[in-house]
Amino acid sequence: MLGLGILRGLVETWRNFQGSYYDPARLTTVQYPEEKLPPQENARTFPFLVFDGNEPLAGLRCTACSICAVECPAHCIHIVKDTLKKPDYLGKMQFHPKVFNIDMAVCMECGICAEVCPFDSIKMDHVFELSGVDRKMILEKTDLAKPNDYFHKIHPLEAATVDAARAAEQRKAQAKKAAAPVPAAV
Amino acid sequence: MNALDQIFISVQHGMAGLAPAPLQPLVLMLLSIAGLMAVFGSCFALTTILERKILGRMQNRFGPNRVGPCGFFQPLADGVKMLTKEDIVPFSADKALHFLAPVALTVPVWLAFAVLPFGRNMSAIEMDAGILFFFAIGSASELAVFMAGWSSQNKYSLVGAMRAIAQMISYEVPLVLAGVPVLMAAGSLSLPDIVQAQSNFVWGFVPRWNVFTPWGLAGFALFLIAAAAESNRCPFDLPEGESELIAGFLTEYSGFKYALFFLGEYLGLFAVTGLAVTLFLGGWQAPAPWLQWFPSWGWFTAKFGALIFLFIWARATLPRLRLDQLLNFAWKFLVPLALINLFVAALWWKVPAAMPVRWLLCAGLLVVPFVWLARIWNGTKPTQRHYDYAG
Repeated sequence: MLGLGILRGLVETWRNFQGSYYDPARLTTVQYPEEKLPPQENARTFPFLVFDGNEPLAGLRCTACSICAVECPAHCIHIVKDTLKKPDYLGKMQFHPKVFNIDMAVCMECGICAEVCPFDSIKMDHVFELSGVDRKMILEKTDLAKPNDYFHKIHPLEAATVDAARAAEQRKAQAKKAAAPVPAAV
Repeated sequence: MNALDQIFISVQHGMAGLAPAPLQPLVLMLLSIAGLMAVFGSCFALTTILERKILGRMQNRFGPNRVGPCGFFQPLADGVKMLTKEDIVPFSADKALHFLAPVALTVPVWLAFAVLPFGRNMSAIEMDAGILFFFAIGSASELAVFMAGWSSQNKYSLVGAMRAIAQMISYEVPLVLAGVPVLMAAGSLSLPDIVQAQSNFVWGFVPRWNVFTPWGLAGFALFLIAAAAESNRCPFDLPEGESELIAGFLTEYSGFKYALFFLGEYLGLFAVTGLAVTLFLGGWQAPAPWLQWFPSWGWFTAKFGALIFLFIWARATLPRLRLDQLLNFAWKFLVPLALINLFVAALWWKVPAAMPVRWLLCAGLLVVPFVWLARIWNGTKPTQRHYDYAG
């Protein structure tokens, strides 16, 4: 009969109305600045650079290979290689970035840089409250460098696998070094 | 009880008594105007915030809750925002009409409050043909809406205004027809007399309000539906259906002119709600003999608030209609039912039978056409249109 559907709808909205005062399951709103949801591990915003140890610039895993800069669809990564080489975690001599800039105005947070990086150096961050009072949109390597502990904090599962893989590689390299034929001792 | 009941009247007369004798009638008038504007202006502010909060709760979210305690200063913030916004008049607009339209909408709506009895002895003008005045003034707002749509020189505005005209004229008919049985019952066009006719109680406790008769109940429902359409409330808000028409006739309005339209719309709703309370819910009469100690204006406010809540509730529940559905609903359903209701109301006074028999007979005479009309129109679809030159 005409009108029954309307009455049913009215009952439904009434249930919502009075239920919203005592049933917390109905009010799913999180009142943002005061309350925050814990971020999901796979969430991603802008990229950052992981460093090991305590020195941000000395411990950077980045070897300035420029794969991320080439793969970046938006071309927002600018890398200039340093001429000096430093030993990496395996003891190999590697280049380091002299300049590593990311243009935040262009970056579209796709995460391709983090996927292609062979050194587990560039990873996606969780920070999203990025509004500021100036227009500093280009982040340099000093801004981008964040410790491995931070990486563990935001991506615990991924960081654990990365660390395990790196430790295994390190062990393998050491074993190889030990097993390597010593230059013939006369 | 009497002092509290008549407090506004005595304050008004006390204040007017301070003026010199020849000016006293004028001062009395100005004081009623100022009182009405203050009360319903703040009522407008309160309704906007309460409406948003209630709508929020009905949609499982908090409403606005940031400005002031529990968000109750939100209307203030909105008002400041509206005042400081740039007032844009389109280049090709008819400047004079564009300026006049919001004023022409708001003024008649304020005038409609003049005849409503808000409590015992509390109507600004005791007019013998109050209800006629109310409807006459109410139809003036259609002109303002069309002025707004026409002067904006915008297709959306014009289509919105034409929809509004079609809707308001169509729904004016069931609105007035639903009110006519009350006039028949009271035998008067004066609103205080209509309230007086609904005093006393049947069997000592059931109030003699019109809504407790079958024709009154049907009239009340018809009146509320038509009132929602008259004041462009959801689900009949398609003159400004933003999914189709940006904002309808409000498209080219910004700043305080837009706020005036908003105010006019809400005041129109208040006026027609006040009329519904007066015609069907016994106006300022108490609902039970032992509740008469409560001041009459308090009862009016309570009923008024309940009806406003009903409108908000319906807005949260119902989706917007299509234009052909809207007009079909008015002409094929509401108007026939209102005419049948007239007949039933006439029968009500002529049936000699006792109360329950009379009640059931009249209710049956209304329910049968209701079901029949609903059956007929349910499922009829508009025929597919053919466009020879367009499309």
